[in-house]
Amino acid sequence: MKKGYFGQWGGAFIPEVLHQTFAELNAAYEAARADASFWQEYVDLMANYSGRPTPLTFAENLSNQLGGARIYIKREDLNHTGAHKANNVMGQGLLVRRMGKKRVIAETGAGQHGVATATMAARFGFACTIYMGEEDVARQRPNVFWMEKLGATVVPVKDGSRTLKDAINEAFRDWVASMDTTHYVLGTACGPHPFPEMVAWFQSIIGQEARRQILEQRGAMPDRVYACVGGGSNAMGIFQGFLDQPEVELIGVEAGGKGLDTGKHASRMLSDRAAAGVAQGYKTKFLQDSDGQMLDTHSISAGLDYVGISPILADLGEKGRVRFEAATDDEVLAALQLTMKTEGIIPALESAHAFAQAIKEAPQMSREQAIIINMSGRGDKDIFTIAHAFNDPSWKEFIVRRAEEYRGK
Amino acid sequence: MNLQDDLRQRLTRKPVLLMTHLVLGYPSLAVNHEVIRQMAENGVDCIELQIPFSEPMADGPVILKANQEALAAGIKVRDCLAFAAEMVREFPQVNFLFMTYYNVVFRFGLEEFIRQAAETGMKGFIIPDLPPEEGSEYLRLAKEQDLAAIMFFTPTSTDARMREVASQGGGFIYCVARKGVTGQHTEVDDSLAAYLSRCRKATELPLAVGFGIASREDVAMLEGRADMAVIGTATIKLVDREGAAAVGPFIRSLAES
Ligand SMILES: Cc1ncc(COP(=O)(O)O)c(C=O)c1O
Repeated sequence: MKKGYFGQWGGAFIPEVLHQTFAELNAAYEAARADASFWQEYVDLMANYSGRPTPLTFAENLSNQLGGARIYIKREDLNHTGAHKANNVMGQGLLVRRMGKKRVIAETGAGQHGVATATMAARFGFACTIYMGEEDVARQRPNVFWMEKLGATVVPVKDGSRTLKDAINEAFRDWVASMDTTHYVLGTACGPHPFPEMVAWFQSIIGQEARRQILEQRGAMPDRVYACVGGGSNAMGIFQGFLDQPEVELIGVEAGGKGLDTGKHASRMLSDRAAAGVAQGYKTKFLQDSDGQMLDTHSISAGLDYVGISPILADLGEKGRVRFEAATDDEVLAALQLTMKTEGIIPALESAHAFAQAIKEAPQMSREQAIIINMSGRGDKDIFTIAHAFNDPSWKEFIVRRAEEYRGK
Repeated sequence: MNLQDDLRQRLTRKPVLLMTHLVLGYPSLAVNHEVIRQMAENGVDCIELQIPFSEPMADGPVILKANQEALAAGIKVRDCLAFAAEMVREFPQVNFLFMTYYNVVFRFGLEEFIRQAAETGMKGFIIPDLPPEEGSEYLRLAKEQDLAAIMFFTPTSTDARMREVASQGGGFIYCVARKGVTGQHTEVDDSLAAYLSRCRKATELPLAVGFGIASREDVAMLEGRADMAVIGTATIKLVDREGAAAVGPFIRSLAES
């Protein structure tokens, strides 16, 4: 098979001006991958700096309440910066250092990848610019604040749908001019080769840990593993720990938004509005019209609000190794509330999609069965969105009072 | 006659040819039509007709905005093809090429797209996100129809890469004058001259080069260094500012010596 392809998906559809940059990136990546000391350096860094390994928590209350399978939660919320995004970013940071570049750029949707990249840049001493859709800047204000405080420049992208895909385009536009000094830290397992494979490799640390932990705690493989799927990096991360175990069912949960029949969603694997296409440097299933123009997507979670999906997952889905489901905005909020109340854990809105699907299925399973939910991140960042969605009166009052206070000055 | 032969013939009559560009449907096909008439009547040799795409990754702000507004106004790929066929009939003295991103072609059907382009008398394609490594089928089908698959040289291309890319393409080579997206001006300096001489050594194909060309002096600079000046963003801005009627005098001012 051609390099960078997973079944019919993937490739590297890059403008000629980036040919040499990708040649160098591929060489650096392949050298790192062949060098066991690089992975060790990465694992040590993640242990020291990021708090890995993250725990695998047995969710006893939630399991009892649902009365079916035993539920385990992989706690990427406890990773530094509050999500799995840091795994990929620190790995690429080590690679950037090897390549001798001094500046990093990144796109961000939820802002988690942007915060992680800004953090990495601060730690490694790189200059940093983050591209973020204007709509996401508006709904993820706390993360914008942190990126700027960490020393990054945040550029709001006003083109297109003003979300993640537009931020990716803008990051590429920066890169085609700046590649001599700059590395583009792509945040998910998408984009041109080697990004899907490389990001999945760094994220595989989640699956390696989870496999070891479930065997320690339970003495057996789980029956099912759930992960939310935006671009697909946290899902690929955990799935890789179980891909070689055919009896472990892998479930990817996409953003069902307001429902698949409304058109307001981001489901590339279940919707009939998704079709094979080539954009943003790779071939996958994109939500697009019959002319090949990308459609607007919708999700309550900025991190899942994306038109494409990892080519690796498109392939695993097509081959039937990963089952895809979608959770709606409403189901996600209900799952979030249940998880908070029963376990004292606040999942990110993205991660809550995986919870929602697991909560639907767990009651139909037996007490002898076990599932793992990949909790890709913590929900604190979503406080504005969640408070708004719950229409929380005391929160509103607080915001109004604070606004008046600021205006008065 | 295929594109390369046609350009060679034109080059016996003038030292530097002109290629212009426009985004179909921006601001409207009617204005596009008038702009093309002005270009054709003032001696433009090639025109790139850009079929809009929602994700024009290699384009700067001016062309990006034109893509988005054309799509918002409802332009469809089949409108673009029909319009192009009309232009080829009306202005046979001009070589028309499609410029677009690969998804537009992929979704339409690669084979069908190339067949229709050939049938209507288009001369070639410029697809910036389809490198030869991913485009073997495209290259084969274009060759079969004797249409030019335009390849790119860039300042980051090694000599070996230039030779490799040139061997796969046809028509002319699009020499990107600098790193970055479309629409920025580049000084014509020694490093550009050195780059163009590197390009010249790598291929027998004519060299087209664009770098924010806006004056007769810019075009004259290319004499002896390249074969065709590419005028992209400048005409879009001009039409925005002064309307289609300003295009003719602008093109004339570039061609006059
Ligand atoms: C917490 C969290 N989970 C999931 C995602 C989705 O990305 P991916 O599918 O690459 O894991 C994001 C993206 O921003 C995120 O912040």
